[in-house]
This record gives sequence, structure tokens and C-alpha cells, in this order.
Amino acid sequence: MPLLTQHVRDENRQYCLVASLDNVRNFSTVLKAIHFQEHATCFATKNGIKVTVENAKCVQANAFIQAEVFQEFRVEEESVIFRINLTILLDCLSIFGSNPMPGTFTALRMCYQGHGQPLMLFLEEGGVVTVCKINTQEPVGTLDFDFCSTNVISKIILQSEGLREAFSELDMTSEILQMTISPDRPYFRLSTFGNAGSSHLDYPKDCDLMESFHCNHTQVNRYKLSLLKPSTKALVLSCKVSIRTDNRGFLSLQYMIKNEDGQISFVDYYCCPDEDIPESES
Amino acid sequence: MIAKLARTCTLRISPEKLNFILWDRQPSGGASTWCELEQENFFSEFQMEGVSAENNVIYLELTSENLSRALKTAQNARTLKIKLTNKHFPCLTVSIELLSVSNSSRIVTHDIPIKVIPRKLWKDLQEPSVPDADVSIYLPVLKTMKSVLEKMKNISNHLVIEANLNGELNLKVETELVCVTTHFRDLGNPPLASDDASLDRDPAEMVAVLVDIRKLLPFLAGQQVNPTKALCNVVAGRMVHLDVLHEDVSLQCFIPALALA
Repeated sequence: MPLLTQHVRDENRQYCLVASLDNVRNFSTVLKAIHFQEHATCFATKNGIKVTVENAKCVQANAFIQAEVFQEFRVEEESVIFRINLTILLDCLSIFGSNPMPGTFTALRMCYQGHGQPLMLFLEEGGVVTVCKINTQEPVGTLDFDFCSTNVISKIILQSEGLREAFSELDMTSEILQMTISPDRPYFRLSTFGNAGSSHLDYPKDCDLMESFHCNHTQVNRYKLSLLKPSTKALVLSCKVSIRTDNRGFLSLQYMIKNEDGQISFVDYYCCPDEDIPESES
Repeated sequence: MIAKLARTCTLRISPEKLNFILWDRQPSGGASTWCELEQENFFSEFQMEGVSAENNVIYLELTSENLSRALKTAQNARTLKIKLTNKHFPCLTVSIELLSVSNSSRIVTHDIPIKVIPRKLWKDLQEPSVPDADVSIYLPVLKTMKSVLEKMKNISNHLVIEANLNGELNLKVETELVCVTTHFRDLGNPPLASDDASLDRDPAEMVAVLVDIRKLLPFLAGQQVNPTKALCNVVAGRMVHLDVLHEDVSLQCFIPALALA
């Protein structure tokens, strides 16, 4: 299509980020998993793109799409960083419809000239081309949760399907989600305390869904449920999830998402424990 | 289809045709839809008598959903009869003969209340004249257009429609944060009339009009399948006219341009 080929000729001099995909859904689906705020920070290096969303200085979600997922991926500088309206970006990426006919693919070419310039998206489906020009903003610093593997107290890897129903049915009248992880029973317990009473969901360490279970000592941590509920989106898209807590009670959830071509992308959520109620010792 | 577009519609009955008229009465200039059916394509028997020999026409106002509900019952009917009657109040009586499992027939009757429209209001309900378009172009696959417009509506209600005589149509929405343009190519233009002023126009030159997406989407959303013919006429800065033909039913939609502040 003339519009795109003309563009290819110009780009070598101009753009510090160029990424092409035959199937835009390999990118947009992963972004949907972290879409719980309007704005996101995009960070690109030659290894791929990381998109970060934060809320209340307590929760952070990151989506990692590796360079290998793209048919073409070029980053001219050490790193490229900008802030963008994620809602608008997702509307543009799905401009040809959210429910495509099976077998139809929308191609994407994404280009960024650098600081202060808009992000250009070229999407093509069936000979029809849509050009989107999205303004970018100054990046604001993102939190560093300083989650270090040496401080990890517990690590659980579960098949996502096991948690999906539990997460979607969490009692939203409960302000907190309590997570108990212990080398002894109940091993892994999710608890809520809502208007109708408390509810506990246990996952024994030898259940089918549990792929691995490591716990140094018992921990009971409480997190604001409203901050964690958006992670359900990532859970629904993923095949596996890893749950880790460290010595401060910080929570790390890592989701493995397989796209339509079988390639893997990761989404992680970090959350700090709820400060309002002192951590209870089990 | 009509029921989804407007709650009330006007039915105009004349010896040759039936017209459904949807008139969006708004101070800013609403969109209007004009639907036409040739009666002989649908009815084996058709009798009507208008107000007088010169004005052999009847105008009725009814609630579209009532008629569509009645016609839904008629989907598997053996016969269907529509009559204008007066049962306590004026009605369009739809008699549907249905065949039941045991092969005995039963008749279901729907009485749809109607309001006869007085002659003095008829002048507002005439077939709108097809405007002298600056550009006439065939519409792309409606499904793609619909999907794109639905997403564009999330960005802004103000849509720019641009078309030229090279078979190119662009749809564009713009805010201070984002600008999205969809380019349709190779659509084809209907042949120009020989005395058409637009013969002087440079075929690549785009002619544009700004409209409210919300007036355009319902018309497209009502089209379930691809039409036999779909045309778009653009009058620069003034209006866009869509002319769609589904087998025997013709639908036209006239959307005025948005007044720029």
C-alpha cells in the first residue's frame, strides 16, 4: 500500500523506534492486561517494550513484549521512553474492531521520532489503512519496588485456570485480600472479610494446579483488594502465574501469556501490603 | 431495521409505493431517513384511496416497534393482510394467517394505533431532493466502516468525511490528544452526469463535510447484510447523503453538516 511504503523510505533517518507486527493483537492483548489507569509509561530498548501502569503509589503493573514478538523491531538509541494515554492507544490498536473475524489479521507499524513527538501508528486490514497520531507526554518516574530474589520468602507457581474463578468471585465488599502462605496447612489461602462474612479459599501444595511450592516460613499479608482486582485481566489471559512475597510483605504476581502464535509475553503486578492494619503474626 | 432507527415514523402510502419517513426534528438540523418500497414487489393485492384524486396519498404516523412486532409474527405466515380501519381509534390492522402443526389455520390480528397526518403537514414530508453532490462515491464494506466508526466515537463525536473522484474516502476524528484517519481506496465513483459541474474538479481533490458520528452510526448499524448498492454523496461543508439499496428496499439518509462554532 502506497502509504506504508512511502513511509518506510523516510523512516531510516527519522525514527528512534520502529516496530512492525503482522497481527496487532499480539501487542494489544498484553496491554489490555494492565489497562487499569488512563496513562502508561512506555520504555523501549533493543530487547523489547515495557509498558508500566501505576496506581496510588501502591500497585504497579508491567507488560513486557520482547523484540522477538515483532516482525521488525528497531530502537536507535540506548532507550526510548515516553508517557502516553493507554485508553486512546488501545482504542487505536483495535480500530478495526475488538472482535475480528477468525482468520483476519490487522497489521501494525509503530513509529516514534523522539522526545516530544507523537507516536505514529499505521494499521492495515484488508487494504484499508488507518493512521493514528497520538501525542506523548513527559515520562514521570516509575516506582521501583526493589523486589529482590534473595529476600523472597515464598514462591508459588500455579496454573492460572485454578485461580481464575476464585479471583472473579472475590467478595468486593471486603476492603482487603489476605494471603496466607505457609509450609504447613493451609499452605496457600486467600481470605476476604466482607459484609456477608469471611470467606477462605485454600490451595493445598499437592493439588494438581500447583506447579511448584516453596515457603521458608509462614506469612500472612493483607493487600487492598481494590488495587489487586485489576490483575484479574492478566490472570484470565495467562496460562501460568507465579506468586512471590518478600520479607517486607511485598507481593509480586507474574503472569505468563501466550499469544496466538504461541509466543510468550509477561505481565507482572507488584503490590505493597496494606499499611492501615498492622500485619498479624500467624 | 426502521424500528431501531426511530421510535416514531411516518408511513406514506401512494398507489405505487410505500415510504417510511424518519425525521429527526432538532434545532441544530437533524438527520432524516427516507425508505422506499415499490408496493408491487411485496403485495399481490393493493388498494388505496387518498384524500382526493390529485392527492392520492395517505400519511400515517405510528410507533415503529408496534409494526415491527406485528411483522415478526408474520415471518412464517401463510398470508398477510394489512388494512386501514377505524376501531374506536384509527388503526392499521395487520391480519396474519398462521398454519399450525395440525394444518388448521388461525388468524392473529394486530391493531396498530396510528395518527392520520393532516394535509397541512404534508409539505414537510416530501421526498427530499437528492442534492447536487460535489463528489459521489461507492461506500466500502459496511462492516469495516461500522467497526471503525464505533471506535472513533470513543475519541470524538465530530467526524470528517472526505471523498474524491478517484474512489478515495477518508474518515477522520481529531482531538488535542490524538488524530485518527482511516483511508479507503479503490471504491469507485458512479459515472458523472454529462452536464455535471464536478467534471471540472481535479479527481484527486478531496471534498469534506463535518458530521456527528451519532447520526451516522445508527443508519449503518441497521444494515445487517451487504447491500446491493451503496452510494455516498458529499456536498462540501453542507451535508452527506447515503443511498443504500437492499434488493427491493431503498434507504436514504440525509445528514446535515455540523455547524462549526
